[in-house]
Amino acid sequence: MSPQELSHHQAAADDRTLFGFWIYLMTDLLMFAVLFAVYAVLHNNTFGGETGRELFKLPLALAETLILLTSSFTCGIGMIAARRGNKNQVLIWFGITFILGLAFLGLELAEFSSLISEGHTLHSNAFMSSFFVLLGTHGLHISAGLLWMGTTLGYIMKRGLNNSMVRKLTMLSLFWHFLDIVWIFIFTIVYLRAFV
Amino acid sequence: MKEFLIGNLTWSSLPHEWFTIGGTVAFLFLALIVVVVLTRMKRWKWLWNEWLTSVDPKKIGIMYFIVGGAMLLRGGLDALMMWLQQALSVGASHGYLSSDHFQQIFTAHGNIMVFFVAMALIFGLINYIVPLQIGARDLASPLMNTLGFWLFIGGVIMVNMFFIFGGQYAATGWLAVQPLASKAFSPGVGVDYWVWSLMISGIGTTLGAINFIMTILKMRAPGMSLMKMPLFTWGSLFSMIMAVTIFPLLTATLFLVYFDRALGTHFFTTLGGGDPMMYTNLIWMWGHPEVYVLILPAFGVFSEVVSTFSRKPIASYKSAVFGMLGVSSLALSVWLHHFFTMGASADINAFFGLMTMIIAVPTSVLVFNWIATLYKGRIRFETPMLWFLGFVGIFAIGGISGVMLAVPPADFQFHNSLFLVAHFHSTVIGGVLFGIFCAITYWFPKFTGFKLNEKIGKYAFGCWIVGFCLSFIPMYILGFMGASRRLDHYDASTGWQPLFIMMFVGGLVIALGVILQLAQMLASIIQKNRVNGDPWDGRTLEWATPSPPQFYNFTTIPQVTSRDAYLDMKQQGLAEPAYEDIHMPKSTAVGIYISAFATLASFGFVWNIKWLIVASIIGIIVTFIIRGFNEDSEYTLTADEVRKLEEARTKKIRDAAAHQQNVEDLSIWDLVKVIYAFAMDVLKNKRWKRA
Repeated sequence: MSPQELSHHQAAADDRTLFGFWIYLMTDLLMFAVLFAVYAVLHNNTFGGETGRELFKLPLALAETLILLTSSFTCGIGMIAARRGNKNQVLIWFGITFILGLAFLGLELAEFSSLISEGHTLHSNAFMSSFFVLLGTHGLHISAGLLWMGTTLGYIMKRGLNNSMVRKLTMLSLFWHFLDIVWIFIFTIVYLRAFV
Repeated sequence: MKEFLIGNLTWSSLPHEWFTIGGTVAFLFLALIVVVVLTRMKRWKWLWNEWLTSVDPKKIGIMYFIVGGAMLLRGGLDALMMWLQQALSVGASHGYLSSDHFQQIFTAHGNIMVFFVAMALIFGLINYIVPLQIGARDLASPLMNTLGFWLFIGGVIMVNMFFIFGGQYAATGWLAVQPLASKAFSPGVGVDYWVWSLMISGIGTTLGAINFIMTILKMRAPGMSLMKMPLFTWGSLFSMIMAVTIFPLLTATLFLVYFDRALGTHFFTTLGGGDPMMYTNLIWMWGHPEVYVLILPAFGVFSEVVSTFSRKPIASYKSAVFGMLGVSSLALSVWLHHFFTMGASADINAFFGLMTMIIAVPTSVLVFNWIATLYKGRIRFETPMLWFLGFVGIFAIGGISGVMLAVPPADFQFHNSLFLVAHFHSTVIGGVLFGIFCAITYWFPKFTGFKLNEKIGKYAFGCWIVGFCLSFIPMYILGFMGASRRLDHYDASTGWQPLFIMMFVGGLVIALGVILQLAQMLASIIQKNRVNGDPWDGRTLEWATPSPPQFYNFTTIPQVTSRDAYLDMKQQGLAEPAYEDIHMPKSTAVGIYISAFATLASFGFVWNIKWLIVASIIGIIVTFIIRGFNEDSEYTLTADEVRKLEEARTKKIRDAAAHQQNVEDLSIWDLVKVIYAFAMDVLKNKRWKRA
C-alpha cells in the first residue's frame, strides 16, 4: 500500500474515531441529564435542613465558573497551536489549562469540605445527596480530564507532537469544552437558581 | 485487619443452601471439564490467541452466541423451577422452594434472559452480520468491541458470582423496585450483585452500540447509500441508536441505587426526602425502550428472511424503514405505562396510554409489509420461514394484549397480574427469541459452511409453538382470574392449580424443544451438509463471501448499486477475483484485562473490600494509558498474501466438494443410532485410555 493510501486510510480512521467520540460525549451528557433531573426533583426536599440559598456562596461559585471558562479559552488556544504543530506553545497553553483545572478542582474541594465540616453531607437529606453527586460527578470528570491531559503532555514532551498526539488533543479539548458546558448548567441551575 | 482484607465476606456467607450448593457444584464441575478438555487437547494457547484476544467481529459474535446460549439454558432452568413451584404450591402444600428463594429465582430469570441471553444473542448477530452486510472488513473500533464483549462477560460472572462466593442474589424483581431494594429493606448483598452485574454489562453495551453506529454510518461500501442498506442493518442501526440513548440512564440510575445503599444518600429512600417514585420513572425510561432495542434487529431479521424465502424484494422498503424509525422514536415516550397505577394525573396517564397505542401502528406497518412480501412470492417453507410464521401469530397475540394493557382504566385491573407476564413473554419470546432462532437458522451456513438439519429443526419448532401455547395461554386466563405475578403460593379454593400444572407441562414441552435444538446442532455437525457460499439464494452482501468468510471478509470492497446488492452481482455475473493490500487490526488482550479489573472492582464494591476497589481502578487507568499511547495496533496483509490465502481457500472448498456426497438430513432416530454407535465404539476400543 502506497504512503498516500496509508494516510488516506488513517484519515478515514481518525474521522471515525472523532465521530465516535462525539457519540460518547452525548451518552455522557445523558448521564448528566439524569443527575440534573434528579436534582431538579429533589432540590426542595431538604427534610428540615438548610436550603441552597443559605448554604451556597455565590462569589466562590462565580470564581470557579470564571476559572473553568478561562481554562476552556486557553485550551482552545492550545488547539490552534497544535494544528500549527508548535510543540512549545502546546505545552505552555495546555499547561495553563492544566493548572486552571487544578485550581478549579481545589476550589470545589474546598467548598465541599467547608460544607461537610458544617455538617452538610451526602447523608443529610435528598437535596444535599443530589447536590454532592451532581457536582461530584462533574469534578470526577474534571479529574479524569486532568489525568488525560497530564499523560498526553508527558508523551508529547517525550515523543514530540505527531499526528496521533494532535488527534488525542482534539478529543481532549472536546471533552474539556463539554465539561465547561455542563458546568455552566450547574452554575445556572444549582447556584443562580438558589438565589432567584 | 480481616475487614480490611475481605470486607464483609465471611464463612457464613458462602453457599450453604441446597440450591446454591447445587449451582456451585454444577459450575465448578463444568469449569473442571473445560479445563481438563483444553489441557488434554493442548488447546490453551489456541484458545487465547485465536479466540479470546481476537478482535474479529465474527469470532466475537460466535463467542456471544456460546455464552448467550449457555445463559439461555440457565435462565430456562429458572423458569422451570418457578413453574414447578407454582404447580405444587397450593393450599396446605408450600411447594419445594421458600418464598425468598422463589423471589431470587424470578429476579435472576428476568435479568439473565434480558441482559445475558437476548442482548447477548442480538449483539452476536449484529457483530457477525452487519460488517458483512455493509461490505466492511472490520469495525470502526475493534478494541471497543472486544472491550464491550468482555465487560458483558464480567456482567455474566457477577450475576452468577453468588454461586461461588455466596451471599444471595437480589430478591427484588428484575428492576429492583424501590424502596424494597434499599439497604433498609434488602440488607444483604443480593441487590449489590444486581447493581454491579448490570452496571458493567450495561457499560459494555454502550461501548458496543457507539461502535456499531460509527461502523454503520461511516464504513459502508461505496455506493451503499442509507436507503440501500439491508433491513437488518437498518434495524441494528435504530436499535443501537436507542441503546446509546437509554443505557446512560441505566448507568446513572444504578450508580444512584448503589450510593443509596453504600454511602447512605437519599435518592430513592423513604426517609431524608428521597423519592422512590423517581426511581420507577428513571428505570423504566431505560427499561421500556430496552425491549425495543431487542426487537428492532429481530424485525430486521424477519425482513431479510421473508424477502429471501419469498424470492421477492421486500414489499415496501421505505415503509419498512419508516416503520422501524417510528417504533424506535415512539418507544422513548411510553415508559409511564408500566405504572399507570402509581397515581399520576389522568392527563399524564392518558398521554402515555395514547402513545402506547400509537406505537402499534408502525409495528403493524412492518407486519403488513412482511405479509405483503409473501403475497405472490414463491415461498419456501424451510425452518427460518417457520420461525417467522410462528412469530407473526404469537407476536400478534402479544401486540393485541399490549394494546389492552395500554388503556389506563383497564390497566388498573391487569396491573401486576399474570396477564401482563403473559403479554411480555408473547412479545419477547415470539418476537425476540423466535427472531434470533430464525436468524441463527438462516445464517448458520454463513457461520459454519453447512446448513442446520431441517428435519430435527422442524420438530424443535413444533415443540416451541405447542409448549408456548400450553404455558402462556393459561397464563393469560389466570391473569383474568386475578392471579398476580410473582406468586409462590395460592389458595386451593381459587381453582387455579390445573392451569398452573398446564403451564408447567408447557414448560417441559419447551424444554424438549430446546433439547431438540441442541440435537439439531449436533446432527448438523455430524452430517456436515456442506454448502457453497450461498445456500438460500441470498440477496444481500453477506452471501457474497465464502462460508465461513475469511477473517478479512472481502478481498476487494464491493461496489454497491442497488438494495439487493448480491442478487445484482449474481445476475450480472461475478467479477474475476482481484487482490489488494489489506489493513487489519491486531489481536489484543486489553479488553480482557480491563474487564477483569472491572469485575474485580465490582466484587470489591459488593463486599466492601476497599483495597481491591482502589487497586482495580488503578489497574484500569494504567491499562488505558498504556493502550492509549500504543501506536502499533494494525498490520498490513499484502496483496500477494491475500492471493495465497484465497487460493488455499478455493482449493479447500473444491476438495471438500469433491468428497461431498449429497447427504440427507439425519432424522432423530438416525442421530440416536450414530450417538449409540459412537458410544459403543468408545467403550469397546477404550479410546479414553490412549489419546
